[in-house]
Amino acid sequence: MPELTYRDAIRAALIDAMERDPTVLLLGEDIGLYQGTFRVTADLLARFGPRRVIDTPISEEGFVGAAIGMALLGLRPVVEVMTWNFSLLAFDQIVNNAAKVRYFSGGQVDVPLVIRGPNGAGVQLSAQHSQSVEVFYAHVPGLRVVAPATPADAWGLLRTALRGRDPVIFLENAALYGTKGPVPDGDGALPFGRAEVARPGRDVTIVAYSRMLLVALEAARQLADEGIDAEVINLRSLRPLDGETLVRSVAKTHRAVVVQEQWKPFGAAAEIAATIYEGAFDLLDAPVERVTGADVPMPYARELELLAIPHEADIVAAARRVLYREGR
Amino acid sequence: MPNRTGRPDDSATSALATDRRSPEHLTSAVAWYRQMVIARRFEEETERAFRRGKIGGYLHVYSGQEAVAAGFLAELRETDIFFTAYRDHAHALFRGASPGAVMAELFGKVTGLARGKGGSMHLFDVARGFYGGYGIVGAHVPLAVGAAYALRYRQEDRVCVCFLGDGAMNSGALHEALNMAGLWGKEGLCPLVLVVENNEYAMGTSVVRSSAVTDLAARFAQYAIPGERIDGMDFFVVRQTAARVIADVRATGRPYAVEALTYRFAGHGAADLFQPYRTKEEVDAQRRRDPILLLERRLREAGVLDDATVARIQEEAEQVVAEAVRFAEESPPPGPEELTAHVYGAPADA
Repeated sequence: MPELTYRDAIRAALIDAMERDPTVLLLGEDIGLYQGTFRVTADLLARFGPRRVIDTPISEEGFVGAAIGMALLGLRPVVEVMTWNFSLLAFDQIVNNAAKVRYFSGGQVDVPLVIRGPNGAGVQLSAQHSQSVEVFYAHVPGLRVVAPATPADAWGLLRTALRGRDPVIFLENAALYGTKGPVPDGDGALPFGRAEVARPGRDVTIVAYSRMLLVALEAARQLADEGIDAEVINLRSLRPLDGETLVRSVAKTHRAVVVQEQWKPFGAAAEIAATIYEGAFDLLDAPVERVTGADVPMPYARELELLAIPHEADIVAAARRVLYREGR
Repeated sequence: MPNRTGRPDDSATSALATDRRSPEHLTSAVAWYRQMVIARRFEEETERAFRRGKIGGYLHVYSGQEAVAAGFLAELRETDIFFTAYRDHAHALFRGASPGAVMAELFGKVTGLARGKGGSMHLFDVARGFYGGYGIVGAHVPLAVGAAYALRYRQEDRVCVCFLGDGAMNSGALHEALNMAGLWGKEGLCPLVLVVENNEYAMGTSVVRSSAVTDLAARFAQYAIPGERIDGMDFFVVRQTAARVIADVRATGRPYAVEALTYRFAGHGAADLFQPYRTKEEVDAQRRRDPILLLERRLREAGVLDDATVARIQEEAEQVVAEAVRFAEESPPPGPEELTAHVYGAPADA
């Protein structure tokens, strides 16, 4: 099992797909000559040429739309959005064309399109560059929305995305690109809609995805020090959402804390909590707790930014509350 | 020679003169005249069906613009592809879609082109290279640019035609797409024909009230895409332009734009009853330029169309449309299993 960074796991999955399948091609701003803002596409221009690694103008609506057109014609474009914040310029293309054309054509077309790039809070990038967009897209039928937390997730989910017939919203995280972890030697493809029990435990279920998984795992270690055995679920996929694994875990622990980086109202945690209530209401010994980002545009100042995103201590406190141990 | 004004002038006459020397073209023109008559009858029937409550939602009819789609689709090969916006019934019919399947789609029946899930604005016939009607103004243009790239990426000599309205000329999606089309065209990677169907109104806002520069064909130049303006009411002019432009785009892989000056006789949509943005006199004047009557006159003058043939074609059109309506009426609505079908291409865990 080789160790790869999250960045290199994504890059390896792209290279593998491009070597096998000539219909795979990449589009994005500065992914070629510049080597990619986060260097996920480093050297790919030299390797695959400008017809397959296309440096696009700064025009998200245009190049995401063009990628949809390529997908309709049977190519398998992978679009890099420099950050998911900029995907909002292509929101119409993603929501009104990519997600729906199969349906309103009565099933006449596939849209094998992957859109990928960094999501979530960055390093003091402030309000326009630090949003978490997952709920914008997870709301829409026709899209699949995945958020890898580890290099193995990134490798496995991208392999699945590159084999599918539907548009995939592939949410990376800038803070994870340098993280290392094992990636399977073999296929390693991870099916969408199946969560992973990242840490088994019996006292409380902590549900997280993307970078918040790492925060949740650290919180679980701290909880273990006080004798609380937390089970941590790595969702991997928001649409489809793996309700079964959530219910199975809560059936064991009877308590749940849901963690997300984004704003609380109408967020992913609300959907996850509702899924737990619908499937496991009678099994719960406490209301589900949500740990979320602050309900404000992301501030610039480091002190404020740290206040705006969830930390281990927030999760630990929430776990204590659902165990009625707060204050002990 | 590109005709910058696009007004009817000598080029129309010379186009016919060329066709006079080509009996096959005249025979084919009679066949296209028949297609245009059917499309007109079809649209009249859809307006009636809308009033009868058989067609819901929006209904945008093509009456008055027939020569544009007919002229371009006449010159497309079977393997070529095209996209258009929401005024898309005639495009489907001209491409050979079954009139019954088109009408059934408008009636919301499972036998419709999109199984009753797209309706008037989203006709599709991918097997015939028709990649759809789209409802957001201008937003289908990027798709067509990418599709054109895909054709050349696969080293095929197919071309992509993108029909759009004058309203799309002011959308951001269009300008972003054109910039990429111009860029990719420099590498011979964008065999795209852009056909602006300038019917003078984007809903109720005229071109002069919406566009700072009203010479739409000229506006493509800033993206290194040559453009020309033609009389979109004259089938021969459109068809000859299409033949030349499509051949050029196919050979070079470079995009080209044609602004076809046309007019819609009906309102923007079926709910546009009072048309406060234009006068009856204006519409009546435009109706005297009716592309079907113009073609009919030309073909009579050329001696390939007479009263009896016109009467027979009109009778056939009645029958085709009546049969389409009967088919649509008698077809079943989509069953409940259709509600959730075609959201995804494969099971979620595939």
